[in-house]
Amino acid sequence: MLLEVKDLHASYGSTRVLHGIDLGMEEGSITALLGANGAGKTTTLRALCAMVKTTGTVSFAGQRIDGRATEDIVRLGIAHVPDGRGTFANLTTEENLRLGAYVRRDRHAIEGDLQRVYGYFPRLKERRAQQAGTLSGGEQQMLALSRALMLRPRLLLLDEPSFGLAPMIVRELFDILRAVKQAERVSMLLVEQSAALALDFADRAYLIETGRIVLSGTAQDIRRDDAVRRSYLGY
Amino acid sequence: MDAFLHQVFAGLATGGIYASLALALVMIYQATHLVNFAQGEMAMFCTYIAWSLMNAGMGYWPAFLLTVAFGFALGVAIERLVIRPVRHAPVLSTVVVFIALLVILNSVTGWIYSYTIKPFPSPFPASSFLGNRFMSPHELGSIGITFIVLALLYAFFRFTPLGLAMRAAAQNPESSRLVGIRVGWMLALGWGLASAIGAIAGMMIAPIVYLDPNMMGGILLYAFAAALLGGIDSPGGAVLGGFAMGVLENLLGAFVIGNELKLGVALVLIVGVLVVRPSGFFGKVHVTRV
Repeated sequence: MLLEVKDLHASYGSTRVLHGIDLGMEEGSITALLGANGAGKTTTLRALCAMVKTTGTVSFAGQRIDGRATEDIVRLGIAHVPDGRGTFANLTTEENLRLGAYVRRDRHAIEGDLQRVYGYFPRLKERRAQQAGTLSGGEQQMLALSRALMLRPRLLLLDEPSFGLAPMIVRELFDILRAVKQAERVSMLLVEQSAALALDFADRAYLIETGRIVLSGTAQDIRRDDAVRRSYLGY
Repeated sequence: MDAFLHQVFAGLATGGIYASLALALVMIYQATHLVNFAQGEMAMFCTYIAWSLMNAGMGYWPAFLLTVAFGFALGVAIERLVIRPVRHAPVLSTVVVFIALLVILNSVTGWIYSYTIKPFPSPFPASSFLGNRFMSPHELGSIGITFIVLALLYAFFRFTPLGLAMRAAAQNPESSRLVGIRVGWMLALGWGLASAIGAIAGMMIAPIVYLDPNMMGGILLYAFAAALLGGIDSPGGAVLGGFAMGVLENLLGAFVIGNELKLGVALVLIVGVLVVRPSGFFGKVHVTRV
């Protein structure tokens, strides 16, 4: 098991958001976290990275990581692409990418990885000296993803990568995510509102409602579930 | 004409000091959105350390380097021990902490060293090829030191991974943690650098204004005006503002309002900038959607 979460609770101040989440991920798998607005998908990702107050246990590759600081969890190889993308708006594209590799010590390999993500996203190479804040929404999402890849992560947490993007850009982004999955041997935990998109991409899926997991299984099974079809896929 | 040029060059020399201190203020402001009112007293305290070292028989440059290192350690220690515990406090409480630091450093220095004014040596010879008709060797030398410090800082922030991480941490702490930057330490490092810059500024200005616990009061005011003039969130603006402030102060003092009213220039400028253009010449205008 690469990631194992047991009885995870999280709260913002006195507002409790997660009420005992259990989930597991195998190395190399792609898992989708589905649910409506406010169900707790983003909070689950934030809880894994210690960005909210939590109780419960989180194990990553056999190690307990709950209670550790965000910056230490990153060092274990978990890269988080947060909602709102979290790019450094006043820094250049290339500076953003170099920050993604900040905790790595293999200086020479970093240059190679920089070229590799430019290979995935040639547009970023064109704009490498440009301030990240001046990029388009789609380019910023590509930058956020590329920055996460610069860590050479074992686990990639993706928070609504399709949010606010034109359908064509979303398709382009998921094509590249598929290529990344082929090439990088990285596991992904994907939060998406668009269930159809996520279920096409993922191997397994969990459905969250008001801070609890209500359904889990392979992507195919979830897609066939009547309730999911009516509420989340809309046919 | 000679008198005029002499005032301009002397203004550039003190302007370099204002520029350094203004830069120290801006560095802390960018990371914390607070103005460190104790910046001047920290610099003054470091300058006394330099004086002690030289009094104990150390040569100028070893004492200089040791003082810069001490200044760095002092800044880091103050951030860790004093500022960090109040980081979630309201702005006013933090301001009170800064003012307390100012008063404490001032009185502790007075208690250790007394309030008697002391001469402080210049590393530059009293007369040499360095000097010319318009500038003393010390003025020229201190401009040189200012430029070296600015160039080193620029290179550090622009070209090193640590400098990049510090800029990132000041800009977006949450994303910085997500790439593994220890944001708390970046802040402490920023305080250390700002304090070390202050120590250099203190040692450069002390031969001109002499060493006493209140020596930085007026200078910090000029530096504050310089930082505001250039834009409190713009390092380059603060440096330009510092030089502009030095020249303006000297010219107005010599030819218009007299030396007694010079400090008033800083105050008028502070109020003027805040009323007319609060973001300064190079600062960003912040617009908030409500």
